[in-house]
Amino acid sequence: MKTVSSLLDSHWYQRYQNISKLNIRSSIYDVTNQCNLRCKGCFFFSSGEDKVAREETDPEKWAAFVDSEKQRGVNLAILIGGEPTLCLDRVAAFYSRMPTYCATNGLIKVPRDRFADMMVGISLWGDEEDEKRLRGKDTFRISSKNYEGDPYTYYLYTITPNQVGRTERIVKKIRDVGLKVHMQLLSNDEGVDGFYWRDGELADLRAEMDEMLDAYPDTVISSKYYHKVITTGKMLDRTFGWAECPSVTEPMDTRNPQPRRLIRFIRWASDLETMHRCCTSATRDCSTCKDGAAHMSWIMVNKRAHMRSSEDLQNWIEVYEMFAKLYQFIPW
Amino acid sequence: MSHESNFEQTIRGVAAIVIEELKLEDVTPETFDPDLDLIDEVGVDSMDLATVALVLQDEYGIRIDEEDYPKLKTLRLIAEYILENSPVKI
Ligand code: SF4
Ligand code: SF4
Repeated sequence: MKTVSSLLDSHWYQRYQNISKLNIRSSIYDVTNQCNLRCKGCFFFSSGEDKVAREETDPEKWAAFVDSEKQRGVNLAILIGGEPTLCLDRVAAFYSRMPTYCATNGLIKVPRDRFADMMVGISLWGDEEDEKRLRGKDTFRISSKNYEGDPYTYYLYTITPNQVGRTERIVKKIRDVGLKVHMQLLSNDEGVDGFYWRDGELADLRAEMDEMLDAYPDTVISSKYYHKVITTGKMLDRTFGWAECPSVTEPMDTRNPQPRRLIRFIRWASDLETMHRCCTSATRDCSTCKDGAAHMSWIMVNKRAHMRSSEDLQNWIEVYEMFAKLYQFIPW
Repeated sequence: MSHESNFEQTIRGVAAIVIEELKLEDVTPETFDPDLDLIDEVGVDSMDLATVALVLQDEYGIRIDEEDYPKLKTLRLIAEYILENSPVKI
């Protein structure tokens, strides 16, 4: 039987031990159906998820709900929306009770006197031109002023096909404001013209993401194995898709056989009762889904499958470390 | 039957379940080191533990609280847990 120590030298074994008992159990919460932007390609609005549930507005109900989530074993709250910073009292209901990550477009600054070390991930969809075209404004100009040098903030850079060959400028801009960046790929849920992935582009992008990681290791939070999996949709000899996706809401998961999956994972709508199918839109085609978190989780829940060689297990460790850094379970 | 042989038997029974449920290769209930750390060495994660716990509960008629999962680090510790919590003397 292959054991972890037979596959790793002492350096890698130590890294493995630093993460092997973290036991992170996340769920995702739509904090609100409102947003101060209306991006083309936003899965939330394009699939009508903003309409499926009426927002709960009673702060006490939010507090009781988070307590019940804690009881359910959740130890990482991932807040999305809409735009969570429009409802900071709801964000506070989570932050005061468990490790919390807040996804935001960065237009509103999370007050650090109330949310001292809450992880903040700012969405960014490319350079000024792409941002204006897809989101109606150059959000970086505002978000980078709001969060410059903040140690608990990073940019979640969604790379569009237009960005291939042009990512370095963005990475440098982020480095220059003293922030980190994690990269993921656009799924183009609204079919915006010119934003489809064409043949060969993903292979080029993978090489470019690797180059960015090599050139800016203090800024880019990523791993080459993650680049490979997200650009090819392949892990080991398996293909990503509905049958393999780990990020399906557990009570709605009727797949048989059950794949390895995130235990207790639920994506809740803002009425605190309705559940969404998965971490992204239920109307998305799983066979072309590029969701970064789902791919990352796919790797993470398949640890023992990566115990076939030292290299595979090291790849797994790097991806788990990347995830743990992005949610501050381990330091940058 | 002595307590020790019951204990050894339980360890082997647990080993068989772990091997079967986790589809472990190149190991048998007889060759599985009862003190091998399942998380640090075998790479078991919480989903694996939940799967194994379900079968152990059925097989030995015990209840395993999720808070106890971290205690179930080796085959020996699992066997001890079973013997301590079993409603009937195994
Ligand atoms: S900022 Fe986020 S939630 Fe708001 S429209 Fe854009 S993608 Fe959607
Ligand atoms: S759309 Fe993506 S995240 Fe959702 S179930 Fe399909 S593969 Fe998983």
